[in-house]
Amino acid sequence: MSAISRSREKWVLLFPAILVLSLITVLPFLQTVWTSFTDAEITAREQQVNWIGLENYIWALTDPDFLEALGRTMYFTAVSVGLEGVLGIAVALLLNQKFRGRWFLRVIIILPWAVPTIVNAVAWRLIYHPDYGALNSLLLQLGFIDSYTSWLGDPDRALNMVILADVWKNFPLVAYIALAAMQTIPGDLLKAAAIEGAGAWKRFRSITLPWIIGPMLVVLILRTIEAFRVFDIIYVMTRGGPSDGTKTASFYVYQEYFSYLRSGSGASYAVVVAGISAVLILAYYAGIRRDQRGA
Amino acid sequence: MHRSLIASFALYSAALLLTLFTLAPLVWLVLMSISSPNDLTSVPLNWWPTEVDLSRYGHLVDLNNGAGHRFLAALRNSLLTAGGATLIALIVAVPAAYAFSRRGASLALLFVFLATIMMPPITYVLPLYEIFGGLGALNKTTTLIIVYSAMLLPFATWLMKSNIDVLPVEIEQAAFMEGASTAFTLRRVVLPLALPAIAATCMLSFLVAWDEFFYALIFTSDLSAKTLPVAIADFSAGRVTDYGVIASVGVLATLPPAILAICFQRFIVSGLAAGSVKG
Repeated sequence: MSAISRSREKWVLLFPAILVLSLITVLPFLQTVWTSFTDAEITAREQQVNWIGLENYIWALTDPDFLEALGRTMYFTAVSVGLEGVLGIAVALLLNQKFRGRWFLRVIIILPWAVPTIVNAVAWRLIYHPDYGALNSLLLQLGFIDSYTSWLGDPDRALNMVILADVWKNFPLVAYIALAAMQTIPGDLLKAAAIEGAGAWKRFRSITLPWIIGPMLVVLILRTIEAFRVFDIIYVMTRGGPSDGTKTASFYVYQEYFSYLRSGSGASYAVVVAGISAVLILAYYAGIRRDQRGA
Repeated sequence: MHRSLIASFALYSAALLLTLFTLAPLVWLVLMSISSPNDLTSVPLNWWPTEVDLSRYGHLVDLNNGAGHRFLAALRNSLLTAGGATLIALIVAVPAAYAFSRRGASLALLFVFLATIMMPPITYVLPLYEIFGGLGALNKTTTLIIVYSAMLLPFATWLMKSNIDVLPVEIEQAAFMEGASTAFTLRRVVLPLALPAIAATCMLSFLVAWDEFFYALIFTSDLSAKTLPVAIADFSAGRVTDYGVIASVGVLATLPPAILAICFQRFIVSGLAAGSVKG
C-alpha cells in the first residue's frame, strides 16, 4: 500500500470517532466559551443576546460565593485524594503480605468500587441519618456520643462526612494500582535491605515508595481530575447545603444554569472550572511521561 | 521469614479492620432492605431484623406496584442506554484504535480524545441541552445513548489501542499480501484476536454508563427515559417513609456491577490499571 493511501485510510478510520467527539464535546465547549461573553439566559421567549465582553468573568472572579465554592472544591479534592492515596498504599502494603484469608480480602476490596456512585451516596445518607442512622446508633451504643447528631446538618462538618463516603468508594482503585506496582518489586531487593539491617519503615521509604511513586502519581492525578468535578454525591447527600457548606464548583454552575437560568454568567463559571481542569489534565500527561521515562 | 507474635497480631487486626470498613456499609444496606420499618426506626437501632421481610423486593419486581413500575421502567432504560452506548462506542472505537495502533495516527490526537472526557461535563451540558431541546430530543433514550457513546469512546479507544499494540502484526501483513482490504482484515483477522480485549472494554464501558448520573439528570424528565441512578435519587429525595425501600433499590442496582466485578476481577483490575497508568 502506498504511503498516501495509508494516510488517507488513517483518517477514514478515525473519522467516526472525530465526528462524534466534535459534535458532543468540542463544539459544545466552544459554544460555552462564546456564551460566557454574553448576557444570555435560559428562557422560552425570544431574547436579545448581547455581547458583554469580560463582564461575566469580572463578576465571577470577584464573586465571593463562587470563590468559596472553588475553595471548597479544592478542599474536597485535596482531602479525598490525599486520604485515598494514604489508605490505598496502606491497604496495598497489607495485601502484599502473606496471611491466611488474603485472597478473600483481595476479592472483596473491589466491592466499594462496584457500588454505583448514586447508591453509595444514598447508602451513606441513610447511615448518617440524624434520627435513625446507623452511625448515630453505633456511636451511641459504643458510648462515644450521648445523643444523636445531625452529621450532615452542620455546615462545618457536612463536607468532611461527604469526603468519608467518597473515600470509601474510591480507595479500592488506588489500592489495586499500588498493589500491582508493589508486586513488581524484586523480592531480593527487599531481602537484601533487611539483611543489611534496614527496618520496615526504612525499606518502605527507600525502596517501596520510590518504586511505586510513578504509577501512584498518575492514578492520584486522575482521581484529582475526577474529584474536582464532584457533583453526583453532593446532589444526593446534601444538595450543596447546609447553608452552602458543601456547594462545590460543579454544583454552583449547575444552579446558575438550571435554578437561576443565567446561561451567560453560568458559562463563565464553567469556563473557569474548565481552565483549572485543563491544568490538571496537563499535569496528568506530564505525570505519564515522567512515569514512562522512569520505567 | 518468620513473623513475631506481635507482628502477626497487628497484621490480622489490620486485615479484620479493613474487612469491616469495606463490608459494613454494604451489609447494612442489605440488612436495611430486609428489616421491618419498625426495626429501622427504633432508637438505638435493631441491628438484626426481628423477622426477614422480603416484601419490598416483591413490590419492586411487580409492574402493578407504583414503586415497582418506576423501578422496572428505570431498569429497562438503564439497560438500553448503557447497552446501546457501549455498542456504538465499540463500533466507533475499534477502527480508531486500529488507526492509532497500526496506521501511525498521532498519539497527541488520542490525548485530545482523552482530554474531552476529563473535562467536567458542566462545560458541555448547556449547549447540548439547548441543541437537543431545539430538536425535541430531550427525555429520549436515544439522546442519552449518543451522549454516553461520546463519553465512553475515548477510554474504549485507548484500551483497544493498547490491546491491538500487542497483537502480532505478521498475521495482518500476511492478509494484506493476499490482497485483503483493511476493512476485511480488521473484521476477520484483528477482531477475532482481540476478542478478550473487546469483552473487557465492553464490560468497563457498560459499568461507566450504568453509573452515569449528571447527563441523565438533566436530559431526562420522566419514566420513558430516566435511568436507575436518577430514579434512585428520586426515591431518596421523595417522601418515602420506609428507608428499606430505598435500600432495596440500592441493592438491586448494585448487584449487576458487583457480580461482574467479582467474576471478572482480573480483567477489570488490569483494564483499570492500563487505563489509568499506561500511556
